Amino acid sequence: MNGLRGLLAEFAGADDVLAATRAARRAGYVALEVFSPYPVEGVAEALGFRTRLAWITFVAGLLGGAAIFLFQGWVHAIDWHLDIGGRRSFAAPAFIVPTFEITILAAALATVFAMFVKNGLPRLHHPLFAVPAFERASQDRFFLFIGADDPRFAESTVRAFLGSLAPLEVHDVSR
Amino acid sequence: MTRGVDSERWTEGELDLAAINDLVVGTVQSPRTRRSWLVAIGIAGLGVLALALAVFGVFWWYVGIWGVDTPVYWGIAITNFVWWVGIAHAGTLISAILLLAEQPWRRSINRFAEAMTLFAIACAGMFPLLHLGRPEFFYWLLPYPNTYGYWPQFLSPLVWDFFAVATYGTVSLVFWYVGLVPDLATMRDRSTGLRARVYGVFALGWRGSARHWERHQTAYLLLAGLATTLVVSVHTIVSFDFAIAQLPGWHTTVFPPYFVAGAIFSGFAMVLTLLIPVRAWLGLRALVTARHLDYCARLMLTAGLVVAYGYAAELFFGWYSGDPHERDLLASHLHGRSAPLFWLIIGLNVVLPQSLWWRAARRSTVWLFVLSLAINLGMWLERWLIVISSLEHGFLPTTGGAYWPTFWDWLTLAGTLGFFVFFMLLFLRFVPAIAMSELRELVAERRRRGA
Repeated sequence: MNGLRGLLAEFAGADDVLAATRAARRAGYVALEVFSPYPVEGVAEALGFRTRLAWITFVAGLLGGAAIFLFQGWVHAIDWHLDIGGRRSFAAPAFIVPTFEITILAAALATVFAMFVKNGLPRLHHPLFAVPAFERASQDRFFLFIGADDPRFAESTVRAFLGSLAPLEVHDVSR
Repeated sequence: MTRGVDSERWTEGELDLAAINDLVVGTVQSPRTRRSWLVAIGIAGLGVLALALAVFGVFWWYVGIWGVDTPVYWGIAITNFVWWVGIAHAGTLISAILLLAEQPWRRSINRFAEAMTLFAIACAGMFPLLHLGRPEFFYWLLPYPNTYGYWPQFLSPLVWDFFAVATYGTVSLVFWYVGLVPDLATMRDRSTGLRARVYGVFALGWRGSARHWERHQTAYLLLAGLATTLVVSVHTIVSFDFAIAQLPGWHTTVFPPYFVAGAIFSGFAMVLTLLIPVRAWLGLRALVTARHLDYCARLMLTAGLVVAYGYAAELFFGWYSGDPHERDLLASHLHGRSAPLFWLIIGLNVVLPQSLWWRAARRSTVWLFVLSLAINLGMWLERWLIVISSLEHGFLPTTGGAYWPTFWDWLTLAGTLGFFVFFMLLFLRFVPAIAMSELRELVAERRRRGA
């Protein structure tokens, strides 16, 4: 351990970082990460990344909806049977409305919660924030990061490799 | 995620990434607008005080200080509730439905419209609670296990309202916040000292990692899909408050789609009412162009035509039903007691918006502003006609009544207006009013096409 978390190459354009990412993949690096001020089309594919967030949405919505529907049925037909306006006790059409709303609520909250948890947020401190140039990652600069935990990581080789991609600059990220 | 869209341009001038950031960040805490902002928030603060007084009044003396009495138990409090919920809907339409429809022009206005949604829901949500005779027992609407062994009864549209509005508020809030996180990161990185810390906390340590973006965009798209169904359902459920009842003028099956169209209609009117002065005030004409206003006006016209059809359907099916009570109410609207109100509404909501067929009208900010105010008023009066005139009419001649709002009714309405403006002003001062991360994509697309 030489105190280095990885190396960060800074680019001016989305196309440059996309080309650099593909080159790094071809060179066999796996501990890659790209940082950009907006979602760059094709980068996630270049990193071989896919998200399964939609499944969480689907299952949470299903569970939430089923729970509130059965709960209403239990209230009206079993736990506290009241004759309200002469309607049947298991008034399924009326139960649909809260069922629909709770389905949406459960699905939406689960989606947002899962998105933040999977992204490891909130995390207010991160070694990258110590790199002064990194503050432009949220504005107009694009970064390719190669982590020191990569099996092929050797500081001089990686530095030379990143330099060959014609970045604006290569920054050290310390631990 | 509106990728691969048409080749139209949605910003004026050749703005690059840095220029967009500068323009939007410059509107937050801008010294240029500081003085006018202070004056405006001072006036809006008086409105918040009015609201506090109105709420105190109704808590202290109970709901009898309002003009409601037999047979009109729903006065302008419910009119206001439906109106505010309706206004909220355009924000969700712009941010969610136009996202699904891959409309790039939403990007300049979605953040602003979503904020409008949130504060409009906050205003709307007050009325059902204040309107309770015993507001201190509002939590009995919640299904929670308690020592009395009772539950709310899920057959009532007022309980549905609770679920609908609470869900709508929560989902709109998280949707807005998810979209805001990358922009808060920009604010964090461009601020110093305490501000940077505050923005930093709300930005949750967002770093713009490609994997984070991928999950973020997926979540945003999923939320847009959910919010689309939600926006249609919420005003549908609000319309059930009336459509489920037996009253002539209320028991109308066309209400769900017609209320939703009315909500979009009035919501776009409010978007234009706010956007036209704000874009001039904040100097955002390069990002919110005349074409954005044009497209808002087109959607407003579309919704307005559905509303006009709703009026026609109500009239026709009232007559076609052959029901004497329905026909009585119709006669009252057309040439009876409620005729002045009815024809005023037709003028404001049906006749005036037809001007939007002409491009010159859609491109005239002055006319759009005047028209949007007229539609806001017209839609408020429409809810008055539905809620109050139907109740005044009733079934039996002996139970007919007349309703006029008292000082406290008006004070509550004015108070929510002040509350709404107050929070919109806070939003404009501390939060980027335009989604920078989304506009940056627009620049990238333009460059790719140019290349």
